[in-house]
Amino acid sequence: MSDRMLRLSGLEPFVLTPDIPFVNVGERTNVTGSARFRKLVKNRDYATALEVARDQVENGAQIIDINMDEGLIDSKAAMVEYLNLLAAEPDIARVPIMIDSSKWEVIEAGLQCVQGKPVVNSISMKEGEDQFRHQAGLCLAYGAAVVVMAFDEQGQADTCARKIQICERAYRILVDEVGFPPEDIIFDPNVFAVATGIEEHNNYGVDFIEATRWIRQNLPHAHVSGGVSNLSFSFRGNEPVREAMHAVFLYHAIQAGMDMGIVNAGQLAVYDQIDADLREACEDVVLNRRDDATDRLLEVAERYRGEAGAKGREKDLTWREWSIEKRLEHALVNGITEYVDADTEEARLQAERPLHVIEGPLMAGMNVVGDLFGAGKMFLPQVVKSARVMKQAVAILLPYMEEEKRLNGGTERQSAGKILMATVKGDVHDIGKNIVGVVLACNNYEVIDLGVMVPAQKILEVAKAENVDVIGLSGLITPSLDEMVHVASEMQREGFNVPLLIGGATTSKIHTAVKVAPRYVAGQAVYVTDASRAVGVVSELLSPERQDAYVAKVKAEYVDVAERHERAEAAKTRLPLATARANALQVDWSAYTPVAPQFTGARIIDDWDLAEIARYIDWTPFFQTWELKGVYPRILEDEKQGEAARTLFAEAKEMLVKIIDGKWFKPRAVVGFWPANAAGDDIRLFTGEDREQELATLHTLRQQVTKRNGRPNVALSDFVAPQAADHIGGFVVTAGPEEAAIADDFEKAGDDYSSIMVKALADRFAEAMAEMLHERVRKEYWGYGADETYEPGDLIGEPYAGIRPAPGYPAQPDHTEKLTLFRLLDAEAATGVTLTESMAMWPGSSVSGLYIGHPDSYYFGVAKIEEDQARDYAARKGMSLEEVERWLAPVLNYTKRKAAADAA
Amino acid sequence: MSGKLPQSDAFAALNKAASERILIMDGAMGTQIQSLGLGEDDYTGHGSGHVCRHHSDHAQQGNNDLLILTQPEAVEEIHFNYAMAGADIVETNTFSATTIAQADYGMQDAVHDLNVDGARVVRRALDRATAIDGKPRFVAGAIGPTNRTASISPDVNDPGYRAVTFDDLRVAYLQQAKGLIAGGSDILLIETIFDTLNAKAAIFACIQAMEEHGRALPMMISGTITDASGRTLSGQTPTAFWHSVRHAKPWTIGLNCALGANAMRPHLAELSTVADTLICAYPNAGLPNAFGQYDEGPLDTAPQIADFAREGLVNVVGGCCGTTPDHIRAIAEAVAGFAPRKVPAYV
Repeated sequence: MSDRMLRLSGLEPFVLTPDIPFVNVGERTNVTGSARFRKLVKNRDYATALEVARDQVENGAQIIDINMDEGLIDSKAAMVEYLNLLAAEPDIARVPIMIDSSKWEVIEAGLQCVQGKPVVNSISMKEGEDQFRHQAGLCLAYGAAVVVMAFDEQGQADTCARKIQICERAYRILVDEVGFPPEDIIFDPNVFAVATGIEEHNNYGVDFIEATRWIRQNLPHAHVSGGVSNLSFSFRGNEPVREAMHAVFLYHAIQAGMDMGIVNAGQLAVYDQIDADLREACEDVVLNRRDDATDRLLEVAERYRGEAGAKGREKDLTWREWSIEKRLEHALVNGITEYVDADTEEARLQAERPLHVIEGPLMAGMNVVGDLFGAGKMFLPQVVKSARVMKQAVAILLPYMEEEKRLNGGTERQSAGKILMATVKGDVHDIGKNIVGVVLACNNYEVIDLGVMVPAQKILEVAKAENVDVIGLSGLITPSLDEMVHVASEMQREGFNVPLLIGGATTSKIHTAVKVAPRYVAGQAVYVTDASRAVGVVSELLSPERQDAYVAKVKAEYVDVAERHERAEAAKTRLPLATARANALQVDWSAYTPVAPQFTGARIIDDWDLAEIARYIDWTPFFQTWELKGVYPRILEDEKQGEAARTLFAEAKEMLVKIIDGKWFKPRAVVGFWPANAAGDDIRLFTGEDREQELATLHTLRQQVTKRNGRPNVALSDFVAPQAADHIGGFVVTAGPEEAAIADDFEKAGDDYSSIMVKALADRFAEAMAEMLHERVRKEYWGYGADETYEPGDLIGEPYAGIRPAPGYPAQPDHTEKLTLFRLLDAEAATGVTLTESMAMWPGSSVSGLYIGHPDSYYFGVAKIEEDQARDYAARKGMSLEEVERWLAPVLNYTKRKAAADAA
Repeated sequence: MSGKLPQSDAFAALNKAASERILIMDGAMGTQIQSLGLGEDDYTGHGSGHVCRHHSDHAQQGNNDLLILTQPEAVEEIHFNYAMAGADIVETNTFSATTIAQADYGMQDAVHDLNVDGARVVRRALDRATAIDGKPRFVAGAIGPTNRTASISPDVNDPGYRAVTFDDLRVAYLQQAKGLIAGGSDILLIETIFDTLNAKAAIFACIQAMEEHGRALPMMISGTITDASGRTLSGQTPTAFWHSVRHAKPWTIGLNCALGANAMRPHLAELSTVADTLICAYPNAGLPNAFGQYDEGPLDTAPQIADFAREGLVNVVGGCCGTTPDHIRAIAEAVAGFAPRKVPAYV
């Protein structure tokens, strides 16, 4: 009864008795393991996040692991909040909690929230014995069991001997010195990926299993746990194989004494039900029973992807009849080295220079590999094999390249650039980094690999001594994110300016943009999605012609990403309307003399030239329509989508010519100006310059998000003078109703492609008209920008003064303001554009908006508003609150009182 | 922190005594104080007794802990009566002597003195008793739950809210535990636990205080189950509660207060099966009646507790609300013939 058994509790007790062979720890409430949970926590949707925990408990999880380690989440606050909410759910709180973080402060905050006996996951001797003793002592005082990672000052234990040595040392300290109950110790001897294609990894499964056996036999009462999914990392995307690997691994590890594990129980094959040959292949890999185990498993794995037999493809030599480019690509994708020497030689003879073979067909092939890898359709070992093929091809070309250099007077081969790579301090994961190294080396870059757990100081020392061109940092675990920020600050401090590449599983563009790049302004930090992208990024960064443009693009993108992130964060707390109003934009009206427009009232514009309009088309949204994401014209050169984008663009141009020549569209527009003054959050329009008789009121909404750095809570009315002789304009443009009929005709002819194309182009025409008309307004009708000399292409960046915000868009989310605008312009009669009952414009290829002329005006998003503003707005508009709430539903930051509405 | 402190001298003496017989705790303080009929002036010491040097603008009537400073003779007399009735272990009158609980009376400043003097006054009473009959007796420094819960939100609309944090409690309890030790407590008694997280903060503080003191004192941990479902207010079953506090390596684990001895029996039996340490039980004198008074007389309560002893469930017994020196005398007599529960040892 009172044997030394692990005893945990939530609201109910849990005892790890001998008749429980294996404790399944629920892993879905782990932001690093579950994308869904991460998203819920990031969005603070704790209600749904609690459901994730509830599901796990309902599905039999005996312990739930809770992990909030994500670079952009306040992990400590999230842990506390989640645990507190969880405590209020008796059906979840009944099971013990595993408080999982790599940050001690997060663990400690979690320990202060649970009344039951939890498990801490994890502590280790990574930072030395003193820290370990200290944390273990605190775990004891808080009353928690601990997971101890086989990790010491030298790093994570990989071999069986190291695992044993570290666990034994930790056990002695815990039991003999700290007084820790041995039954409350759970060792995690580190499950690492096997079958990665890297030979040193082959024995990792055996190392774990044997270390487990030793621990259970030699360290009395202690337990063994592990995160099983790591094992099959190299087969991600192939679930049947992963599940089989996990089942086989657990089968053997549990026999050796592993009695706890973080496993997704829903994704675990039953050992006995695994196909015999798959099981054998998995066993060969897990138990490292034969040298070709990885290759054999890869072969078997192929069948489980639901693809045609790999064997058939191997034997089928029809690809040998393809073009040289396609043959090289095939060899790279399939990792076939057999013909690569001959093919490379053939390509070299056809090419002007040997380098062109690398930059041409070989890189094209590697890009395909990268795409397949990125899409989860190729696995790491296959990519390594591809790199091997690449290397072999480059080896054929090297002597010729050197010969070329010698003839040109050079004495030695010049590398394309020197790249320092390191896995940052505290992190040991290097597969990704190694792949990047291989791929870069294949591309004639000199790679200096400093290995794993590299302190910032060492990185900088070597970078200086070797005068490297690029520094690449890699990391997989979450604390590496902070370490990368540290390296970036150190680079800034020490006066570096070389590009800094950031990569690894937990890194992200947002993190790089928000946390890393701002710390290293002397150079550019660039996030690299995966190995396949590294070459492209590095070649851009090191190209004398392209580097400036590339860095500028990245910078701009990161500023945008950072701003968006900040907005999302700030959006979480909102101000009372009065407070937001007190923080309105303060325009110095005394320093502004408004220009009076050439006319007031509405005027129809009908001298439209389709060819002229076409010059104003912004093509980026056109590609977005076709679900090609990227900025024109770069998208045409995009690795993944470039080909598709170019084809699409060519066909669009073709149709554009037909539209212009055939005068398919008959554009119409109306524009108007009125004397106007701001009155609070409204804009009053007057019938005449005496501003005595009111014509109409335009209502605007004010941002209620909490602003930082002195930024105002803006409303459109802030941009209009409250007293001076200011004006406001408005417009409606349409490419005309003809597109609908033309699209119909195409559709009837079964040509859906052209049907969508003509609609997409009509939309572009309407937008281009809006841009063109706005230019005319500034230069001519309103005239405050008469001196403008922008080219149409420049206008996309909105370099000019003034804005044309549209009702229903972020700066004024209320679509019903279109009614006022249409009435003022008599737009239906003037243009034929009508408003539907949901305030959509018909025909669809129409654009409307206001004109605001003040040079400080800018586009913004009102974002979510509170009930106080909704009420105030309703009163101002003379609408009922219910009606306002209906129109503004997407931006309400509160739940409507439906019950009250129902009762009324 | 470490789980390896040398044990205090009293620890060994208590272990020895507990191996020989069922030990007796005292009974209710509140009931005894009530019978003195003290008014506001008596509580503050302005009428009878000693004027408290700590000032508060709040009324003090009902702040029973304060009587340690203002009516020490009366308090000592109650302790002495319990000692003479047969109690081996007598609790300090410090149930609410934390800054958190004293905030209701504006008496946070008095907390240190309350605990130091609270232990001293018991010590004096016990020494007098021992001088008479030669029996060794022990001071249990009482640590109450406070009036706040660390794992339950007081706001039904905001389940994530907490009126008190672990750290607030830890700090308050640390001050109390240090005072109790300084005043000469032999035992630290964390009692009437309705929220285990509060108790865990108290345990953490006691460990800290003992580390500073350099000796491990025996800890007694006592929960309270007031719910027909058989769970603590914060929702734990008795075994889950035991798992949560077992790291304190308590000298006793047990239950007190609540719904009387009979209602306590099944939960006590559960704890007795799972806990590899001594078991302590000190229930109320039954359920309170409509006037908040307890109707069970000594001869009602004592036989129920004798049943605990007969079944081999207990090592330490006493009384809580509504019990008197007469109850304790009756209980001591009733269990005298039974052997203490045998602690299941590790295999």
